[in-house]
Amino acid sequence: MSVNTEPTGPEAQAVAGNAGAAQVPVPPGEAGVMRPVPGGGSVSSVMQSRRRWEFMYFAVRNKKLMLGLVVEAVFVFIAIFGSAIAPYASSKTFTPPGLHPSLNHLFGTTYPFGQDVFSQWLGGVRDSYLVGALGAVSAGVIGLAVGFAAGWRGGWLDELLQLLTNVVVCLPQLVLMIVISAYQTNRSTLFEGVFIGVTGWPWVARAVRAQTFTLKARDFVDMARMSGRRATSIVLKDIAPNMASYIFLVFVLLFASSMLVAVNFDFLGLGPTGTMSIGDMMNLANQWSALQLHVWWWFLPPGAAMTLMVVALLITNVGLDEVFNPKLRQQ
Amino acid sequence: MSVKIDNLQIYYSTLRGEVKAVDGVSFSIGDGEIMGLAGESGCGKSTLGNGLIFLEGRMRHAGGKVTLDGKELPIGNPKAMEQHRLRSVSIIPQYAMSALNPTRKIGRMTSDLLKSRGVDYKSVLEEFRRRIALVGLPADVLDRYPFELSGGMRQRATMVISTLLNPSLLIGDEVTSALDVSTQRAVGEMLMEFRDRGYVKSTIVITHDLSILAQIADTILIMYAGKLAEKADAQTIVSNPLHPYTQQLLASLPEVGLRYDEAPLVGIPGRPPSLLDPPKGCRFRDRCPVAFEQCAAEPPFVELHPGHEVACWKAIQDAQSFDEERATQGAAR
Amino acid sequence: MRRYFFKKVVTYLVTFFVATTIDWGIPHLMPGNPVEIYLGRFNISSNAQYLALQKTISQAFGVNVPLWKQYLDFWSGVLHWNFGISFYATAPVTHIIAQAVPYTLALLIPAIVLSYVLGNRIGAMAARRKVLDNVVLPIGYLFQAAPFAWLALALSYFLAVRLRWFPPSLGSNPGIGAGWNWAFIWSAIRHWFLPFLSVFLVSFGGWAIGMRNLVIYELETDYARYLRSLGASQRLVRRYAYRNAVLPQLSGLALALGVVVGGNIVTEVVFQYPGLGHLIFLAITNEDFFLLQGIFLFIIIGVLLANFVIDIAYVLIDPRTRLSMTGATA
Repeated sequence: MSVNTEPTGPEAQAVAGNAGAAQVPVPPGEAGVMRPVPGGGSVSSVMQSRRRWEFMYFAVRNKKLMLGLVVEAVFVFIAIFGSAIAPYASSKTFTPPGLHPSLNHLFGTTYPFGQDVFSQWLGGVRDSYLVGALGAVSAGVIGLAVGFAAGWRGGWLDELLQLLTNVVVCLPQLVLMIVISAYQTNRSTLFEGVFIGVTGWPWVARAVRAQTFTLKARDFVDMARMSGRRATSIVLKDIAPNMASYIFLVFVLLFASSMLVAVNFDFLGLGPTGTMSIGDMMNLANQWSALQLHVWWWFLPPGAAMTLMVVALLITNVGLDEVFNPKLRQQ
Repeated sequence: MSVKIDNLQIYYSTLRGEVKAVDGVSFSIGDGEIMGLAGESGCGKSTLGNGLIFLEGRMRHAGGKVTLDGKELPIGNPKAMEQHRLRSVSIIPQYAMSALNPTRKIGRMTSDLLKSRGVDYKSVLEEFRRRIALVGLPADVLDRYPFELSGGMRQRATMVISTLLNPSLLIGDEVTSALDVSTQRAVGEMLMEFRDRGYVKSTIVITHDLSILAQIADTILIMYAGKLAEKADAQTIVSNPLHPYTQQLLASLPEVGLRYDEAPLVGIPGRPPSLLDPPKGCRFRDRCPVAFEQCAAEPPFVELHPGHEVACWKAIQDAQSFDEERATQGAAR
Repeated sequence: MRRYFFKKVVTYLVTFFVATTIDWGIPHLMPGNPVEIYLGRFNISSNAQYLALQKTISQAFGVNVPLWKQYLDFWSGVLHWNFGISFYATAPVTHIIAQAVPYTLALLIPAIVLSYVLGNRIGAMAARRKVLDNVVLPIGYLFQAAPFAWLALALSYFLAVRLRWFPPSLGSNPGIGAGWNWAFIWSAIRHWFLPFLSVFLVSFGGWAIGMRNLVIYELETDYARYLRSLGASQRLVRRYAYRNAVLPQLSGLALALGVVVGGNIVTEVVFQYPGLGHLIFLAITNEDFFLLQGIFLFIIIGVLLANFVIDIAYVLIDPRTRLSMTGATA
């Protein structure tokens, strides 16, 4: 019987595909996102520039990728220049309140406050991106570090980190946030983003751990190891570049899921204090009976924007996957 | 002649155009013959071998004809081809070690496969067990999952499954590539054993490794850039190659019988031409040390000596001058 | 396999320990005295009244003993299934939780099971039928990407407020007392449907897309190619692909639990559905810390139990886990 170094069990499998975990999309890990260079040896700079060119060639021809990027670009524009193009200050009130959408107020005004929904919406998009980026970066960094360390060192460190990972999986983010925020009444956007990251990294760690395991078994890593180089140097210079495309996909998905988690938090009033995010808008609309009063323009546009932003990220992810992974191109 | 291939063309499409991976290839293989098919990676040998059994989505049968046991093999028609697979043509794939479904026991998977082909598993079970033992696997392999076996054991199991219905043609795609020398030898011997016992009639062994072919093949066919370069019996290819490409392939081996690594054929400078738009004339011309003007025209694949075919103007010229020499010598006498 | 379960049980115990400690530690270790924070939210003018209240609350919080004793007391309470008294409802916390749990489970279990089963089926079908794929893919992405709160609000607005097909809030008609009679059951079902649909749809999108991608990937694997090369029927190849794709989906289910539980809380709040999520909302707005502590632990226990069930299911369908008895790395 062979010594099976492949990880087994649900953890191992979680990486193998888009574990369609509702709202926590996991990229197809083994689905060949990572397709190291044939022969696995050193890649000449000629080859690299050729591959880069090839990447661009397939990138601009991938409809999904282009569509996703265009939608995303629109929202990034809104996020950056939103405050400049906002017609009114988001706290400014108009009478009578609850105006229908019109040219003066694209998304109408709130009821009973009479604030311009469009202006709030522009700021909400910005806040969402901010939290999404913070969450993605912190979850990505933790997940990569834990995954690399566990996959590379193996042994007791692996066991310990897997235990840690599994514990964090079992702690529901939202419930934890509820308990913390009940006592921590002053919260910042930074806090929310980092909290999402600190609780949202397990699937990244699992995926990266499994990928590191497979890469570790490959010849060129063996060579590096035999030549006596330090582990961190091998991980950073040999393993990480081979996973670069995969890591990029992971960040895209983390970005999307972090934004969605933040909406949940904000909707329950657990978000940063003193901001008006997309979740906050829906929270207020719900609390002030916008449904019963038919003030639909208060709660439909924010959620629609979030849905579009996340859909665009998801299809960007699929498109990138196809570009990175030649096997999927012909589909 | 149990396998006859006439002017076969298999193209595959890429976004940049159609690659003429197999571009007008004709040869035949006799009953009980093991034919080695060798060449650099990307020369079309794998496309040729795989095309004889399974054209994947991107591959297209662009022309030519394959005859097996006197009947045409409909390789361009997946539906019609289905019934020939496993029964008359079979393959040991390059990825033989990962070819088995990881979550099915090997016996169960074989039974599922045979059932879907309309074969009663029970009727072949005894033979299956006998062959499992023949390749040196323990009897309980049928009740094991692939991950419980070593890579070599999985490959042997795949070899048995692929040949279970005694196909007329077996294609072994890089069956020895990932193995160490002694295992290579064992796999080669198994292929010969299969042939000797009549499990398969004709065998094509695709490899980049001439040294293994020298040991197991009856004939060797050398491909270069989608075309045939040379074909002769194994001994002749090794000891008296006529095509400069074959000569260089052999020269790049340290010694016949030793293994060399696939990637760079250090001995031969330059790279093969792109098959998207292959150059006219001899495709080896740019890398050939003995190329001359005539090579701008495409050399025919001709039989220069009995059973020794080659596509090279220089070799043709040499043979002619040799004949002339003999003729003059004869006249002088 | 024994090793596998041993590790699982260790994981669950550690998680439970960590969760309990967090549950206890956050109010105790946060800067500031929880009693002061608690009292600070009331407008108490008289000093004497404040001190009296402080004493009562301190006792109720159990903070008038050393910290280690407080911690042990908390554990003792947890192990005796005693989370104290809810201030807001003036009833034992466990009692209030027990009333809410059936509603939450009635939403969660059907939503999770149905979305998982249907998502897998339809995703696998989409993987092999281009026409269906063109429908399933965009819809799947939309549902997957929609925030729980927004889908709930939109469904509530269009189907309840505008079309009046369903009641927009609560768990049953307040005029009908809870009981095993048809009027109540019918009313409960009508109130249940929209929150269920919200949670279901979001989860469904994720599963369908995940399954579609996994099946496409499985159909490209070596074993699938080998089977096709040997002329195996499409049916067999697809059956294998489906079976193998379900494995990562199942581990995805374990990962998704926390998210679905969170989404369920949000959805309950939108529909004022009287489950645990709504109870959390009430506990927060009424600053009922004991209730919050109790619900927190209760949800953790639920998630751990669900994880355990998934682990068992996994072992049953994946031979690699089942047979990794030697378990060098398993």
